[in-house]
Amino acid sequence: MSAVLFFLAAAGVISGAIGVVVLRNPFYSVLALVFHLISLAVLFLLLRAEFVAAVQVVVYAGAVMVLYVFVVAYVGGESESLGERLRGPGPVGSGLRLGGAILAGALLVELLIALLGTGLEAIDGKGAGYSPGPQAFGTPAYVGKLLLTRFLLAFEVASFLLLIAAVGAVVLARRRGGLGEEGEGEVLTAAELLRPQGTGTMAEGVGRGS
Amino acid sequence: MSIAWYLAVSAIVFALGALGVMTRRNPLVVLLCLELMLNGANLALIAFSRMWGNGDGQILAIVVMTVAACEVCIGLGLIVAIYRRHLPIDVDELRELQG
Repeated sequence: MSAVLFFLAAAGVISGAIGVVVLRNPFYSVLALVFHLISLAVLFLLLRAEFVAAVQVVVYAGAVMVLYVFVVAYVGGESESLGERLRGPGPVGSGLRLGGAILAGALLVELLIALLGTGLEAIDGKGAGYSPGPQAFGTPAYVGKLLLTRFLLAFEVASFLLLIAAVGAVVLARRRGGLGEEGEGEVLTAAELLRPQGTGTMAEGVGRGS
Repeated sequence: MSIAWYLAVSAIVFALGALGVMTRRNPLVVLLCLELMLNGANLALIAFSRMWGNGDGQILAIVVMTVAACEVCIGLGLIVAIYRRHLPIDVDELRELQG
């Protein structure tokens, strides 16, 4: 049973990954990645990582991919065929891309040798012993206990990193006023004197006083 | 299934992601392929975590997911900023930092 499920999920994982790399339209690439992530969550479940699998489906395949779909719908981006991509612009681009493909193949061979040719004997086993229970390996209780005791520092640093990333994304994607448009038809108010220029405030976002 | 099978799948996913990063031109798809590489690493982490019956690998996988979310956030912000300035959405054309 678990072997059948493994091969089905692994086929989904690999075909989803191939879809991301090969499909021409970026929108379809995002959908292939969603399929890949859901199949990967099945593999996580088979590895007794219930909490990580749930996080994968809810946060990754749910939230992050919605962000991607929004940006793809906003930006669009031209679709490109595989042959066009491998040819690239001019002889240098085509050579570089072919070199990239060869490098990726070499990376795969090297990774397979490194992972499967290790001296680890446990690699051929099914893993450590496992007994089901409310506090068993991989359950939310187990992961939560680890996160809030041994890995508390990593947890806090990760949350701070998320804060920095959110602020950074707002600063990067905010609406900027052009340099030539400054100071035309502007009504100076006390609030505009108090706030520094070009800091991405809400007033600039709606086009006032940029 | 033995752990080795999971590790083989993770290596294949990582190499496919690397292939995409090196050959695709659309920065959105390059970001998607970076996600693929991170997912390959995550699968290996969780497989090793299962192998030893130790939860540390799962915690590291969750931290990797957080970092991936931050990376997506910043990357998509950059792409929207590039789009707003009417620059081409193409990693071959964006060569201002090349010197």
